[in-house]
Amino acid sequence: MAEASRVVRERPTSPHTTIWRWHLTMATSILHRFTGIALYGGALIAAAWAISLAGGPDTYETYKAVMGSILGKAVLFALTLAAFYHLGNGVRHLTWDLGFGLDVKSANASGVGVIAFAVAATLAVWVIAGMTGAL
Amino acid sequence: MASYRTPLSRARGLGSAKHGVGHWIGERVGAVALIPLTIWAVYAVMRLAALDYYGAVEWISTPLNMTLMVLTLAISFWHMHSGLRVVVEDYIHKTLTKTGLLLLNLFVCGLAGALAVFSVLKVALGGA
Repeated sequence: MAEASRVVRERPTSPHTTIWRWHLTMATSILHRFTGIALYGGALIAAAWAISLAGGPDTYETYKAVMGSILGKAVLFALTLAAFYHLGNGVRHLTWDLGFGLDVKSANASGVGVIAFAVAATLAVWVIAGMTGAL
Repeated sequence: MASYRTPLSRARGLGSAKHGVGHWIGERVGAVALIPLTIWAVYAVMRLAALDYYGAVEWISTPLNMTLMVLTLAISFWHMHSGLRVVVEDYIHKTLTKTGLLLLNLFVCGLAGALAVFSVLKVALGGA
């Protein structure tokens, strides 16, 4: 049969991390997926919040104790950073989808901007949280 | 034998997802909705962290907070299902593993999303 004798060539798969020199737009693209997967865990933590609230005062206090621990706060800090990065880079992607900012110079500049926004917004939120008694 | 299939017909179904543009648009519609909702959610977490159980129940029972919380949860689970689906389709190429992970993604998002939404509604509407 023709099917069996046909040579199957390995199709190239992205990302070509072993071929290309690391650059900012590649890192921001990978970080977008990475933070998206991290926020998957964050959404499950949010679902646990709702379920524990519906469970009554005792369940809710246990939930708050776990999330208020050092480990819980560390996870929440990382999730804040992931959320602001994914938000900022998501807007960057939506801008690209509209056809703007696709040249290399603009893409590099917006990449730096998104990282700066994520760090600044995360620090601002945690400072405000500290001042409003949320910690 | 000459093929009479059109170039479009041959191109259809070749992508890793085997279908077209609807998923791509749905992912972006969810993304646009999540821009304001994420910012609200950060504010909501800060408010809730400062409240105990009774404060949290009172807070979530206002129509605006309940509605925004349900929308944030539902659209987040919708969007993350779309996103992880693309990740699986891009990197997992064995049919059985890929199908299994796509089903797992759907079921986890469906179950966790439904549990979260109905829990919020129970507390907000039922005076638990």
